[in-house]
Amino acid sequence: MTKFNAWNVFKNGLNGQTGWSRQWRDPEPKSSYDAVIVGGGLHGLATAYYLAKHHNMHNIAVLEKGWIGGGNAGRNTTIVRSNYMMPGNREFYEHTLQLWENLSHDLNYNVMFSQRAHVVLIHSPGALDAYARRYNTMKLTGSDGELWSLEKLKKKIPHLNYDNGRFPILGAIVQPRAGNARHDSAVWGYARAADSLGVDILQNCEVTGITRKNGSIESLQTTRGNIKGKKIGFAVAGHTSVLWQMAELGNLPIESHKLQAFVTEAVKPLLDCVLIFGPGGAAHFYISQSDKGSMVFGGELDWYKSYAQRGNLPTVKENGECAMAIMPCLGKLRLLRHWAGVMDMSMDGSFFMCKTPLDNLYLNAGWNYGGFKASPASGWYFADLIANERPHKVIENHNLERFEKGINLDERGIGPDPKMHG
Amino acid sequence: MILIKCPYCGERDHSEFSYGGDASIIYPSLDAPQEEWVKAIFFRENIKGIQKETWQHINGCRMWLEVERSTITHEITSIKPCHKNLQKVIDN
Repeated sequence: MTKFNAWNVFKNGLNGQTGWSRQWRDPEPKSSYDAVIVGGGLHGLATAYYLAKHHNMHNIAVLEKGWIGGGNAGRNTTIVRSNYMMPGNREFYEHTLQLWENLSHDLNYNVMFSQRAHVVLIHSPGALDAYARRYNTMKLTGSDGELWSLEKLKKKIPHLNYDNGRFPILGAIVQPRAGNARHDSAVWGYARAADSLGVDILQNCEVTGITRKNGSIESLQTTRGNIKGKKIGFAVAGHTSVLWQMAELGNLPIESHKLQAFVTEAVKPLLDCVLIFGPGGAAHFYISQSDKGSMVFGGELDWYKSYAQRGNLPTVKENGECAMAIMPCLGKLRLLRHWAGVMDMSMDGSFFMCKTPLDNLYLNAGWNYGGFKASPASGWYFADLIANERPHKVIENHNLERFEKGINLDERGIGPDPKMHG
Repeated sequence: MILIKCPYCGERDHSEFSYGGDASIIYPSLDAPQEEWVKAIFFRENIKGIQKETWQHINGCRMWLEVERSTITHEITSIKPCHKNLQKVIDN
């Protein structure tokens, strides 16, 4: 792999760009590996990378049923933040934000992480109190947070609809270090870096059957032959239940729901932060502007369980209404495309990263709305779990037994209704 | 748009309805062991295929319906009132 640096850019500028090597190999599957990660999204690729980098494992395969980054890694709104409050979640997401801050250097690949601030509009005194508490709690573990008055907000983002009678804007709560990253770059960066450490990335390799023996998984049947793994990790957000049942492990505290995202035609610079409209009762809507100029936005789930990667029209309408409510200047923009991703919505809105009833199987699932931003830390802690065969202290409660113990990591305080944990 | 044929009101857009959730869950008796309650409240089969679920016609007759729907294609194969006695009234 040719490293990206100023000298190589200069050299290849002179020799017609002929000096670059492939970004990652396209190897044939071996019959067995020390670790097999099922799922070639950001979480799976990051896990393989950190296993190789930190835990000296190099005989690793990442199995992807389609092409890497074609699932939820390519179906998100690319927001990175760490404004979580529950113990465990707070440390985890702050860690992920710190990994993002250095990811481009770490991977030698520009993931275009832009810390442009995450601005949550406040519409009621109750929401203000709740958010002030949340952001003060976050500060205990080193995350940053600011409360902006209406005057400051108006100065920073003058073109919002401040004349909203039903949901008046009182101010904003802000995380300046949060922002956006480029999703494809993160996928390609992790794939390239993992590959250079010896990881086999096997695309078009769908797991179709699982053979168990003596309380562990003996082999995985795939569309590219049987593959054995001394250790196996599932990181297949959306279809975790399907794989879990393929291994005859029963039910999970997860429902699969679809979440849509939308992209408009490109315009000149209009919004230089990630803007959130409506939490605390009004709505749920988030919008930012991509580097190409498109407005990227999304909101609630489609509300009914689904494995279909396509969205439905009432949600398109609702998101359009939210966009118009907060930024009426968007009214003349046309939608270029919209899509849906299948989410693992968990019973308390938090993820699972744990050992399983099978000795050599490890689970990484239940990411709800938090999957994209979580991916670096997800890979970091999942690799740590697989290599050391015990959960790190930060994720010690992110297991399947937490419900019977009464440990609900429920950020919104909604209760066991997965569709409500948006 | 999913079209849901309400037994009381006829065929309507799904935006008139509110999604309830998995209708296959049978809640255990009040004095059942804790494990049974944990399973009923927190664990789901999460079927990829045809599943039984509830919808409420909130912007119509407000009745609860039991619907069989594919979670892959969203095609609905059966709709009946959740309340068994109401089904009898419709049948008569």
